[in-house]
Order: sequence, then structure tokens, then C-alpha cells
Amino acid sequence: MPDKVYMLPNSPAPNKGMNFDAMRCNGCNQCVEVCPTDVMMPNPVKKTMPIVLYPEECWFCGACVEECERDAIRMTQPVGQTISVNWLRKETGEYFRLGMKNPPPPNLRPPSGEKRRRRRV
Amino acid sequence: MSTWHEYIEDHGSAPEWPYPILYEKETVIQSDVLVVGGGVAGSHAAIAAAKQGVRVAIAETGNLKRSGSGGVGVDHWHAACTNPCSKVTPLDYTEAVMESMHGYSNGIARYITCKESWDTLLECEEMGVQIRDEDDEFKGAEFRDDETKLMFGYDYQNRHILRIWGHNLKPLLYYEMKRLGVVMCNRIVITSLLTEGGRQGARVVGATGVNMRTGEFVIFQARATIIASGGAGRLFSFAPEMTAAAAMSTMNSAGTGHAIGWNAGAELVLMEQTGPGRLSGYGYAPYSMGNAHNTYHGVSMVDSNGKEVPWVDAYGRELKTIEERFLPARDQKFHLGPGIGISMYAEPYRSSDLARDLPERIRNGEFQLPLYTDMTHLSEMERRCLFGMMIGNEGKTRIPIYDTLTKAGFDPDKDMLQAPVMAPEAYQHSNFWGGPPIPHLRSLSGGGFLVDWNLRTSLEGLYAAGTSPVFGAGCHGESHTMGRYAARKAAAYAKTCAEPVLDRKQVAAEKSRAYQPIRQSKRGAGWKELNHAIARVMQDYCGKYKNEPILQRGLSLLRDLRENEGAAAFAPNPHELGRMLECFSLITLGELVMHASLARKCSNTYLDFHRIDYPQMDPPEWAKHIPLRQEDGKIRMRELPLDFHLRAPYAPAYEENYQAANKQEVLGHA
Repeated sequence: MPDKVYMLPNSPAPNKGMNFDAMRCNGCNQCVEVCPTDVMMPNPVKKTMPIVLYPEECWFCGACVEECERDAIRMTQPVGQTISVNWLRKETGEYFRLGMKNPPPPNLRPPSGEKRRRRRV
Repeated sequence: MSTWHEYIEDHGSAPEWPYPILYEKETVIQSDVLVVGGGVAGSHAAIAAAKQGVRVAIAETGNLKRSGSGGVGVDHWHAACTNPCSKVTPLDYTEAVMESMHGYSNGIARYITCKESWDTLLECEEMGVQIRDEDDEFKGAEFRDDETKLMFGYDYQNRHILRIWGHNLKPLLYYEMKRLGVVMCNRIVITSLLTEGGRQGARVVGATGVNMRTGEFVIFQARATIIASGGAGRLFSFAPEMTAAAAMSTMNSAGTGHAIGWNAGAELVLMEQTGPGRLSGYGYAPYSMGNAHNTYHGVSMVDSNGKEVPWVDAYGRELKTIEERFLPARDQKFHLGPGIGISMYAEPYRSSDLARDLPERIRNGEFQLPLYTDMTHLSEMERRCLFGMMIGNEGKTRIPIYDTLTKAGFDPDKDMLQAPVMAPEAYQHSNFWGGPPIPHLRSLSGGGFLVDWNLRTSLEGLYAAGTSPVFGAGCHGESHTMGRYAARKAAAYAKTCAEPVLDRKQVAAEKSRAYQPIRQSKRGAGWKELNHAIARVMQDYCGKYKNEPILQRGLSLLRDLRENEGAAAFAPNPHELGRMLECFSLITLGELVMHASLARKCSNTYLDFHRIDYPQMDPPEWAKHIPLRQEDGKIRMRELPLDFHLRAPYAPAYEENYQAANKQEVLGHA
């Protein structure tokens, strides 16, 4: 239960766009800099994660995720999207979906070209 | 804590605007070449112009490092006809496009891209983009050439479409611009083109813009200008809360380039062409759902009982093997490939596809929904290439799909991805993630600046590059290629033209217009409300079926929106001011589309254009272009043959025209 309740406009659902890991983010604002649609604003509190001011302008491209050197950002797709992405495991007949409660273990295979990318970095 | 709501709860007050507010402050940026729009076309244009030794400035609504429709990556490159493995010539390809669209495409842009798209890709490789399978991950695959290590898509026999690892292509263009000293202006919403003496139709000498973070007024003075802006996803459809995750264009796609060119007096063509708004965002995130189109071309679809949906060739003949899905059928020359900005394919060039009677077969119970994409039917290399390489490198799929799905446990080696569950007729097109078609939603398709063999528009000093500004022009690779080409021409012009002189009266009038939304009462509508209204007018009065009274009414409602609600609309900060100015451009663009629709007094199959007051389809006397421009605020139109690019003053053959347009340059190089 929150200790105080404020008058606030509705949350701009369904879009949240991105979630920051407060432990990893150092408030460098590089994500703020590169976002094509200027969804985030620098936080007035220095060294703190940005404020997502215009979540509905996010087009879910992943530029912020790619740009973050500290791996502090997770893309959070609208529930209307995650509820839609379903898959069926052929061998077992199990049904999975994005955002499910007890997901299967992650598939750790990187995209093609990743090896080369790491070498270059 | 990262949302605005959380901040308010923690601090008890709204955070102040984080950037300095510089309304009314003027900054003048002078260059030889100005590029408007910094996606892949604009960025490549800036690079090519800088390499010609001229001073270059580029203005972009977002941030040049990752912005634009191609800003977050690309997985394949079309029309690379001159790559060492291609069996398709530039002429074959261009004629195939023109034949498919019955002349309603752009022979100039197509031929130029076919001639130079491979060279442009090699330039990208020099910048660091991986275009070859250097790790030998796909050694021995049918879609790979073991000598050059190039990888091919869609037509493994003719090899003119290349698969590339383009996820970091935009940052690499960005570093190259930086290295070459391009003046990069981020967060600028361009509001107008400046012309000599402030006259409509005169030489273009620069542009004006507003900074979306500071509100500063930026005046660009340039010897030559290249329009390389994006499309206008917000014109017919605006509901970002619902559609942003699935839309194929960003909020920045506001048709600004078209609108400022139209206002400056440039000629535009095919603006009456619209298509079904399949990618407007009411479906599902691109490539996130089971489907068999574009990136997923060639994949097996099975029904809920595991029964496979047959693939057929362009003539409807059932294919026996998976390999055949990637090869031209008997009697076919080559496959043009999907997603090249044409709405129709002539049979000799059309890719294989799922059985075309699939909706009927779902309706009669032969296939049980839901359907699934089963990648396990593909060879291991084909599957890895589809999901690991293409989905892993394409914009809007690397993080949103590859990263998201694999982290959630999806494994293409084991799992079948479910297709959306829809009414049977929605399975007519194998791009299932686009969702069921919505009848009143359209999107622009093919219209843009009329260009000559130099990619110059009808205005002196103004060039166009990219698949949105140039009419009938293609996809990602084509955008780079046109950018590179137009930049050479613009730079050559800039080296010899007279000094550009700005008209102070024109600048002052534009400045006054640009700041109008910050001076209004707070009771005025916001930009989102205005954008909703624009989209509503376009849906209702410029939908698939049009007639004279509907279009005239639509025009008067758009004018009303501008003069009434638009004039009173309020923007509380520079960001919303920028979005509002984009809305004003959208109104202008909507008017242009309606004027173009009024001008074509017939119905047309190839343009998916339906005048219910002129229902006859494709009357021969209307098989022509109708370029439109403004002069002293009045609409001027003329007729142009569909093959104007091969008629006087041009030569009758493509290659001859290309050589003539590039002769001087070759001499210059020598």
C-alpha cells in the first residue's frame, strides 16, 4: 500500500517502452542522446536514470538498449504485444508466450555476426 | 524510478525543462550543401558531398547516430546488380520494375540505384559494415558464394539481392560524417525552404528549422539543398499509444520534406497513390508473429494439426521442395524480391508465395487455425540465416524480436511461432504480423518529388534522395545509393553556382509562423489532438474511394483545421512545438494528396486509386503522370508521359542517359 495517494493523470499505458536497472544505470544519458524520438529526459538528480517523459513516442527500435554500455535498459513491450507472441515447442507440445510467469530458460545463442563484433570492440 | 509519474510522487512537483529555452534566438548555419533529413539517405548524402570537398550541414529531427527508418539496422540490400555474382543487369531490373508497375514507377531512380547500389555497399563495407560471411558460418550454403563470401537473398540463382549484417550501419555512417567534418544538427524540425527573393518556384537557398530541445530558430543558408526526409506515417493513422510498437515508421515521419518542397514550388508526382495501411501499427510488432513474408520468405507454415500450407510459384503451380521457393520458376527470368516499394509484380519477376487460396481453404476447414511458422523444416543454415542473421540484424527486429524472444526462451530450432489469429480473408497476404486490413486506413505509397537524371527536383538548387522524397524509388539500399548520387550532383552545382542570398522578409515571416503555437492561450488544442483530427480528415475524405465533393470537402476541412484549431493550438515546450510544426506540415501534405487525387479524373488499378465519380479503370488517355506544383499559391498541373525519362530532352535509352548525366563527373575525376 502506498503511504500517500496523489492526483495524477492516467498512466500513459500501454506503453512503458523501457525499464532501467537502477543498480547498473549511472545516469550518463547516452540513451537520452541517441533516442530518435526524444522519449527520455535527463533526470534533474544527477547520476540517476533518465525520466521517460514521452513513452507513447517510443517506436520500440532498441536504439537505447544497443547504446547502453552498462546493459542497464530492457525493452518493455506493451502487454498487448507480449500477450500476442506465442510459440509452441514441437517436441513437448508446451505453449509459451512473451511475459509468461515461469518462462523456459533463455536461448543464449547470439545473433549471427556477434563474434566478429566482439572481436572488433 | 524512471517514469514522470514516479518523479512527481517522489518530489511533489514537476521537473523543470532540462534544456535552456532559446525561443526567438537565431543561429545561422552556412554550407555549400545542406541535407534535410538524416536517415540513411541523408547521412550517405552528407558523406558523399563531404568527399567532394564542399562544406556540408545536415539537419535531423532525431539524433544522427541511430535515427531514421533504417537507423537501427538492415539485413538485406536490393538491386546490387553490379556485384560480381549478379546475373541481373541494371536494365533487366529497371525494366522489370517498370513492367510490373505498368510505368507508374521511377525508371531514373531505379536505373541509378541498379548501377550504383553495389558500389555504395562497398563504401559501407569500407566504413566497417560486414557484408561478407568472413567467419565462414554459412560455408557451403546455396545462398553463399564461397569465393567472395557474399550472401544472397530471395533468388539464389540470380544473386542480385545481398544479405548483410547491417545492425550497426547507422553508427558507422555517423562516425564517417564526424570524420569528414560534416556539421551535424540534431533535434531540428525543418519548417520551410528558403528561396531566392522569397518567391515560390525560385532557386532554393536554404531552410529554416526549430530545435526541439531548446526552441532555437535555425537558419540554414546553402548553395544546394538535398531533401532526404522520411515518409508520413502520422498522416492517415495516429494512435501512438496503441500502434507505436508495431508501426514501421517513427513519430518523426511527418512528411516534412514533401510539405516544404510543395510550399517552395517544387513539382511532385504520384501523390494520389496510396495503399492499404498494413504497416500502420494496428497489427503486431514487425516480424514478431508467425508469417511467411519478406524476412520469413520461404519458411513453412503449418496448421494446428501440423498440416503444411503449400507454396506456389508466380503462376499458381504448387512447389515440391523448399529449395524451389528461393529459385525462379520455369518461364521466369528472376525474382525482384519483396519490399522494393512496388505494389504489383509482373509474373516473370514475382516471388513464390503461400497458396493464394489459403483464405478459402481455412474457411472450408482444410487448415485449422492457428497457423504456425515452423522453421525446423528449413536446413540448419537457412534457419540460422533467417533468424540469427536477418532478424538479428534488421532494424526493429534485433532488440525487439531477436533479443526479446531469445531471452524469453524462444528457440527457432525447436519452437513454432504462432501466426495472429484472424478472419480467413486476412491470410490473403503472407505478411500476417501486419494484422487484418483496416479498410479506411491508407498510407502514402510512391509519391514524391519529380526528379531528373541528376536527381534534381524542378527547382534550381534542390535535389531529392531516399525512397520517400523521390517518387517510386525502393528500399534501404536504394536510399543510400540515391543519397550518394544526389550529393555528387548537388556538390558539383554548389561549386559553380552564385552565392545564395536569403530574403529577410521570408525568414521573418517563417519565424513568426514557427512560434505561433507558444504564443497561444493554454486552452488551445495540443499537437496530439490536432494530429488525431488530421488523420481523421484523411481517413474520411481521402480513403480508398474518392469523389470530387468528398475531396473538396476534405480540402476545406484541412484549411479550417489550419486556420481555426491549428492557429489556436498551444505548445508548452520546445518538444511539443516541434511536433506541432510537424502537424502543420502534415496538413500541407494532406492538401497535396487531395489536390493530386482531384487531378486524376479516372480510376487506376496500379495506383490502387478509386474515383467513384470516374469508375472506369485504367482508361488509356489517363495513362500518364500529372505533376503538380504551386505558383503564387495557385495549383499548376501538367501532363507527363510515363516514360518521360526516355524522351526528349533525354535520350531514348537508360544507359545513354546515365552516361550523359555522369560524363562531366568522370572527366572531373580524371
